[in-house]
Amino acid sequence: MSRLLVRGGRILDPARNRDEAGDVLIEDGVIVAVDAAIDTRGAEVLDAEGGWIAPGFVDLHAHLRVPGQEYKEDIASGGRAAVAGGFTAVACMANTQPVNDDPSVTDYILDRARQDSPARVYPVAAATRGLAGEVMTEMVALVKAGAVAFSDDGRTIMDSGVMRRVLEYSRLVERPVITHAEDRTLVGEGVVNEGPVSTRLGLPGNPAAAEAVHVARDLMLAELTGAHLHVAHVSTAGAVELIRRARERGVHVTAEVTPHHLTLTDEATAGYDTHTKMAPPLRSAGDVRACREGLADGTLDAIATDHAPHAVHEKEVEFTLAPPGIIGLETALAVVLELVREGVLSPLELVRRLSTEPARILKLAAGSLAVGAPADVVVVDPERRWTYDAAKGYSKSRNSPWDGRAFDGRVVATVVGGSLVYHADRGVLVP
Amino acid sequence: MIATDLIAVEDLERADLERILETAERMQELSRRTVKKVPTLRGRTIVNLFFEPSTRTRTSFEIAGKRLSADVINFSTSSSSLSKHESILDTARTLDAMQPDAVVVRHQVAGVPKRIADVLDSPVINAGDGAHEHPTQALLDLLTVQQEKGRIDGLTVAIVGDIVHSRVARSNIYGFLKMGAEVRVAGPPTMLPAGIETLGVKAFISLREALDGADVVMALRIQLERLAGSLFPSIREYAETFGISRATLRYAKDDAIVMHPGPVNRGVELAHDLADHRPSVILDQVRNGVALRMAVLYLLAGRERAVGAEGPL
Repeated sequence: MSRLLVRGGRILDPARNRDEAGDVLIEDGVIVAVDAAIDTRGAEVLDAEGGWIAPGFVDLHAHLRVPGQEYKEDIASGGRAAVAGGFTAVACMANTQPVNDDPSVTDYILDRARQDSPARVYPVAAATRGLAGEVMTEMVALVKAGAVAFSDDGRTIMDSGVMRRVLEYSRLVERPVITHAEDRTLVGEGVVNEGPVSTRLGLPGNPAAAEAVHVARDLMLAELTGAHLHVAHVSTAGAVELIRRARERGVHVTAEVTPHHLTLTDEATAGYDTHTKMAPPLRSAGDVRACREGLADGTLDAIATDHAPHAVHEKEVEFTLAPPGIIGLETALAVVLELVREGVLSPLELVRRLSTEPARILKLAAGSLAVGAPADVVVVDPERRWTYDAAKGYSKSRNSPWDGRAFDGRVVATVVGGSLVYHADRGVLVP
Repeated sequence: MIATDLIAVEDLERADLERILETAERMQELSRRTVKKVPTLRGRTIVNLFFEPSTRTRTSFEIAGKRLSADVINFSTSSSSLSKHESILDTARTLDAMQPDAVVVRHQVAGVPKRIADVLDSPVINAGDGAHEHPTQALLDLLTVQQEKGRIDGLTVAIVGDIVHSRVARSNIYGFLKMGAEVRVAGPPTMLPAGIETLGVKAFISLREALDGADVVMALRIQLERLAGSLFPSIREYAETFGISRATLRYAKDDAIVMHPGPVNRGVELAHDLADHRPSVILDQVRNGVALRMAVLYLLAGRERAVGAEGPL
């Protein structure tokens, strides 16, 4: 019998609204006691003094690039990056090569994950075949294979009729349909938020309305079908307000926001650094404020990284030609701790957005420190100073706007299924 | 100029602009001589790195460099990083290894000269990047206006046309504002970029209002092939609504001058008879372009590169 005692921390368990000092005892991969004074005999001890003990983070939205683009990331590197960032579970998007639109691809991803990943991996399958936005995928078979949600992320299902049927059919499997909500006809050639910054830089603008227009459509279709719509990477005040109102009238909608859309504005693009290019783009200060308010009032349920690795040479090109996206697994917690310091979220609410809510949205047995729950645990030191060096990170890629940045607060230990898989002083600990 | 590059007029102070203009006036004198060549940049290498086809600007830089006795190498390619399978930063690193004394960059995508300048040791001069900036064009426009009007301070400048796609408009907006002029932009709403007022200009959708009392009227080139039918319904309607003619020019001051960065779509943004004669100063702009670019090359490529040496800027 293996015993691990996580000792002496501030226990943050949003699932049970607990925020109190104590220890967590794990036996054989399961949490067996959460208390102030636990009998520690025979247990390996993980010291959490001065830190937070929280359920492992769950990333609703990452690109692990397997199969097909292993030069950007693979399951081993992505899984290591995940646990180094405190993520014990990662949902990976379907825009792989081939696309994850077939149970055989889902099987392959899960097979690689079992062999290579210290984090749990949950494939998101394509909503339409080949991400073409035309023919829906075999959702029943994909769910049987292990898919947890459906999304054409990276592309937008522009045909409203197709989206309606995808949502409608998804009720059969009771899994969310994740929308990448950008009206392509409004985005046009846009690569940065349309506004004073795009005008100054002379780069084609992507208007905030491109997101809001599409979110409005998808909300109407979710209402029509009764399906669970999940809105990926919300970036605009307009979309936040639409989701808030839809939720009030009972539409089954959940939503996520990324660390970068919570902390960076389009001003970050001023030097034409392609590591500030993402889809949707960084928005105005007003949009950032609205996203923070949405997160604080629960309109936006979860924080998701949209970890999107790209090779160095792919980003060293003209701004308009660079692929959109940044990596985020290893920096997410450090970046969003800013929200706690600025009073947007309490530590408990932050953990809820990083762990409990994404687990609930994907229906995973995670996001809780309850006795009997799988022992996926993260220890955070909210003060510890460190500097992020993307070249030394676990991800194969380095496309981060935070490269070289000093942060206060970091993940110090990550436990998956009762095993210590990461410690800040020792790195990722897997065979 | 704190920097060693000329990427954007936005980055310059008024004193920098004045210094470049003064230097250009001295160069003009040189261009009027029979022997137009001086040995100032002998032994220096200037690379014209043009990723976008350009005859006028490239020739202007080439003549400017040669009149200063620099060795001018033209490197023209229309292919992008993706078609060449070489990133722009790799191109820049390769070039840097050849130790040029200045690199003049033109690219169809905004930001490329800046990114190249971040990598290159030698001075980089932006010869136009996407819809971002075209600083030497704005500087030669300032020189032209200053010589026509005797001043820039207090003048009213109206820039008319496709503001959203125009690097000339952006550089001129910054340049004229920094020199103390009032700047107006005008065009159909589809051609006025979001938040343009934040640059400090007044935006108009009425040509008449924009030209009212203007000292300088600058018409911009319309990209006919690309934009007709998407940003405006037809060339005819554009010419009738925003074309500069002797009739519409009556709204401006009696002594207003007409400028155009060229090449002119005659009969579209500018009436035929206006293109060739006063009050248009289009050929003066071209002439001044050589002197202005000589000044910029002199100030940047002529720097002593020894450590600790005071640069002329």
